[in-house]
Parts: sequence; C-alpha cells; structure tokens
Amino acid sequence: MRWYRWLALVPAIGMLGGVPFVNRVEPWVFGLPLLLAWVLVWVLLTSATMWLIYALDRRHERRAEQSGA
Amino acid sequence: MNPALLVIGAVLALALALGVRARRGRTMTLEEWTVGGRGFGTVFVFLLMAGEIYTTFTFLGGSGWAYGKGAPAFYILCYGALAYALSYFLLPVIWRYAREHQLLSQADYFTSKFGSPGLGVLVSVVSVIAIVPYLVLQLKGLGIIVSEASYGAITSNSAVWISSAVLVVYVVVSGVRGSAWTAVVKDVMILVVAIALGLYLPLHYYGGMRTMFERIEAAKPGFLTLPATGMSPSWFISTVILTSLGFYMWPHTFGAVYTARHENVFRRNAVVMPLYQLVLLFVFLAGFAAIQQVPGLTGSAADLSLLRVSRQTFGPWIVGTIGAAGLLTALVPGSMLLMTAATLVAKNVYGRLAPGTPEVRVTLLAKWLVPVIALVSVYFTMRGGETLVTLLLMGYNFVTQLFPPLLFSLGRKPYATRAGAFAGILSGVATVAWLTLSGVTMATLVPSWPDVVKDLNAGIIAMLVNTVVLLVVSLATGPRGATDAAVTSRPV
Repeated sequence: MRWYRWLALVPAIGMLGGVPFVNRVEPWVFGLPLLLAWVLVWVLLTSATMWLIYALDRRHERRAEQSGA
Repeated sequence: MNPALLVIGAVLALALALGVRARRGRTMTLEEWTVGGRGFGTVFVFLLMAGEIYTTFTFLGGSGWAYGKGAPAFYILCYGALAYALSYFLLPVIWRYAREHQLLSQADYFTSKFGSPGLGVLVSVVSVIAIVPYLVLQLKGLGIIVSEASYGAITSNSAVWISSAVLVVYVVVSGVRGSAWTAVVKDVMILVVAIALGLYLPLHYYGGMRTMFERIEAAKPGFLTLPATGMSPSWFISTVILTSLGFYMWPHTFGAVYTARHENVFRRNAVVMPLYQLVLLFVFLAGFAAIQQVPGLTGSAADLSLLRVSRQTFGPWIVGTIGAAGLLTALVPGSMLLMTAATLVAKNVYGRLAPGTPEVRVTLLAKWLVPVIALVSVYFTMRGGETLVTLLLMGYNFVTQLFPPLLFSLGRKPYATRAGAFAGILSGVATVAWLTLSGVTMATLVPSWPDVVKDLNAGIIAMLVNTVVLLVVSLATGPRGATDAAVTSRPV
C-alpha cells in the first residue's frame, strides 16, 4: 500500500483550510500582504510534496522491479 | 503604422512561419493533426500544457482582477497548483487507457469506457458549449491588445475581426505541432514580460512592493483581503475546488494528455508545473500597480489595466513587445480550443451521427468547421460585457460537470453506469444553465442561511446535484449497465 500518496492532500488542506485564518494584511511577509504570502508558500509546498511523492514512487517501483526479476 | 503594431505584426509572422515549418514533411492524418502522432516527450508536453494554461486570461484577466477586485484574484494562483497535484494520479490512468484503445479525443474516452456513442456525443456537445466562452475570452483579449497597441487607431471591434481571421489561418495551416513550437516562443516572452512588469512597475511608481500595498490598503481598506460576504473565504474555497477539479476536464487539455510518449511525463510535470504558477504573482503585482496610476477602469474595462499602465509608462516599442506576448497568450490556447471544438463536432458528433463517413471527409469537415466556430465566437464577443475571469468561470461551470462521470469511470469495472453518467451530466448541465440564465445564486435561493453557504460558488451546487443523480441512477441500473472495455470495441 502506497500510504505516502495521501500526502498529496496536505497542500490542498493547508492552502484552502488556512484561508479563513490568514485573511489579513498583517503581518507583512517579504512586502506582501499575509493572505497572498500564504497562498504563495503553499504553491511552493505543493511542488515540494509532489516531488517527495514522485521520489517515493520511483523507489517503490524500482523495488518492485527487482523483486519481480 | 506605429512601432507597437509593427512589433506585434512581426511576432505574428514568426508564429505563422513556425506553424508552416512544423507541418512540413508530415502527412496530415487526423491523428497527426490533433495529437501529433502521440510522440511528444516531457519538454514538448510541458510546453503544450503550459501553452494552454498561460492564456490571455492569465495575462490580462489576472491583472484585471487584481486591479478591479483585489484579493479574490488570488484564487487563480491556487487552483492551478492543486490541479497539478491531482493530475499526478489522474492523467497516467487516462493516458494508459487512451493508448490501449487508440483514442483521439475526450469524447472517445467516454464512448469507449461506457460503450456508448451517445454519451460521446453528449460529452462533445457539453465540451463545445464550455469552449465557446473560453474562445470568446481569447478573442476579447486579442481585441484589447490590438486596439490598445494601436493607441486607438483600430477599434476594438475591428481588432476582434482581424484577430479571429489570424486565428483561423493559424489553425488550418499548422495543427498541434504549430501550437507546440509557438508555445516555446510564447512561454519565453510571457515569462520575461510578466516578471519585468511585476518587478518594475511597483518599484518605479512606489519605490517597493510594501509601500505599494500600504497605499492601496490606505486608499481602499479591505481590498487586499477577502470580504466577509460575497467573495468571502467560502466563495474562495469553493471556487478553487470547482476549478481545480474542472482543470483537466477541458477537452483540449484532456486531448493534450494523449500527445505524451510516456506516462512519467505527467508525474514530472506535476512536480514542476506548480512552480510555473508563480508567474501569476508578477501579473498580480502589475495589476495592483495600475490601481493608482490608471484609475477609473470599472467592470470589464478593468481588463485593460495592464496595457493602459504599460502605455503610460513605456514607449511604443516596449508596448509592442508586451502586446506581442499577449497576442501569443491568446493565439496558442485559442488555436488549441478552435481545433478541439472543430474536431469534436466533425468526428464525435457528425462522425457518430453519420457512421461510415470516410476519414478524409471527417478531416476536411473539421477544417471547414474552424472558421464557422470562430464566427460564432466573434458573435458572442461583440455582444457580451463580461470580464475575462467571469467568462472563464462560466465555462468552468459547464465543463466541471464531466468530472463526476470521469471519476466514477476510472476503475477496471466502472462504478458509474451508462444511464448514471447520462443522468448525472444532464442534471448538472441543466442546473448550470438554469443558474446562469435566471441569475439565481445561493444568496437568492436560501437568503436566510448563513453566509458560509450563501457565498458558495453555484457551480459546486451543480456538481453536487450531478454526483448525487449519477450515484443514485447507477445504483438503480447497475451492475447490468456496467460495461467493460471489451464490449466497446465493436463497430457502431
């Protein structure tokens, strides 16, 4: 079972779930209002999460190939 | 002719030349024309997909909404990233099935999976209906660019006519390969132009981003956050969910999936593409910078803000370069949309209704339909007064209705039955049509309910109706109606 694939839900929940709580201008982050900065950070984290899942998938597939061969 | 129009004309000539060059040495079968012979690698598919996603909507619509509405525009940044995360799991499944069954279009998928040519026709019709507002959006964008770059010498209406003629020629000449090569030029230009504008304008006019945002906040308190009612967090979240689920339901995006050589292409794209969304930050910054420099653009005129502020800031050569980048952001996706709509009508509607039509005739019909669909779009472009973002959201409401049947069709033995898929799509589309035509929103439907419910995007409601109907009808008709792939290869 590739449990780690559920990690893909983290960016969705983080990005959207946080919106009601960070719907503010302050504190400023790198000169950006908080809400915009929040969304941006989660876009970056989405890419990072998918990279992690891809890396784990690759490892999983290599192992499956080895044990199959 | 002013220098701005000269630059735009030169880029247009280049795009056409690339299109003509790309088709040389290949016989144009329908498969070659539409899915490039299914032999594109990571880079090409990446560019094709980016080519569809960075449309004039991103460029003019994104800055227009930042200018006119403020924080609600941030939704555009969110939905793309989440859609790519979803694509990691969704696209390889579709791709494998499509290759096994030699599919060319989105409608083929539904026809084959449910063993129902009728469902393929229904899906095609829904897709074409959804494409029209999307095409109107591209034509409107082109019209804005050409007339702004001419400094008013060309009226917006004649600009729309010129643009649609260009689009038609481009599509007929080049097909999908032309799109991919022009996408290369377009991506480089849009990256450079968006980042340059987004960094330069706040610095030039305000001395920095923080100062710019502080001044906007002082002049319009609450502009940089979501309002408590209307485009509230509830609207924001439901809109992001709706649009990220609908993202790959667009027939041209779905079709681009088939061009890949290997399924790993999608998995790598899912890692890289969210980063590509960051371009939007700079587009927003340019839109925000325009607020106090070119004030007074209201309603759909907000879409002019990016080019107005550019005209005020730079000379005609630079305005021309910005306009040319904008032209490509409309031309590449516009050509994909036109080609997809034409292929859908020719192959998946006409071809099904008149079976036995030779492929040469279908291909010819597809090419003749290109100018016809362009004319329909011109008609709607001349009529409406919607902003670019509103148009896209309208298309999304329709196209997302294809997500529930797709989702419940993915397994080897699909949960959804033929009747379930039919009933689901029809009820979803009917709900959208009713909501759109009557202007009903959640707020008018249930006025006494809390704002959290009232602000929900109406498209979500339609999708829920669709899902419930699909599940109930599938339960009532299954498993008798459940078809396996084997049934579907029989001739129709």
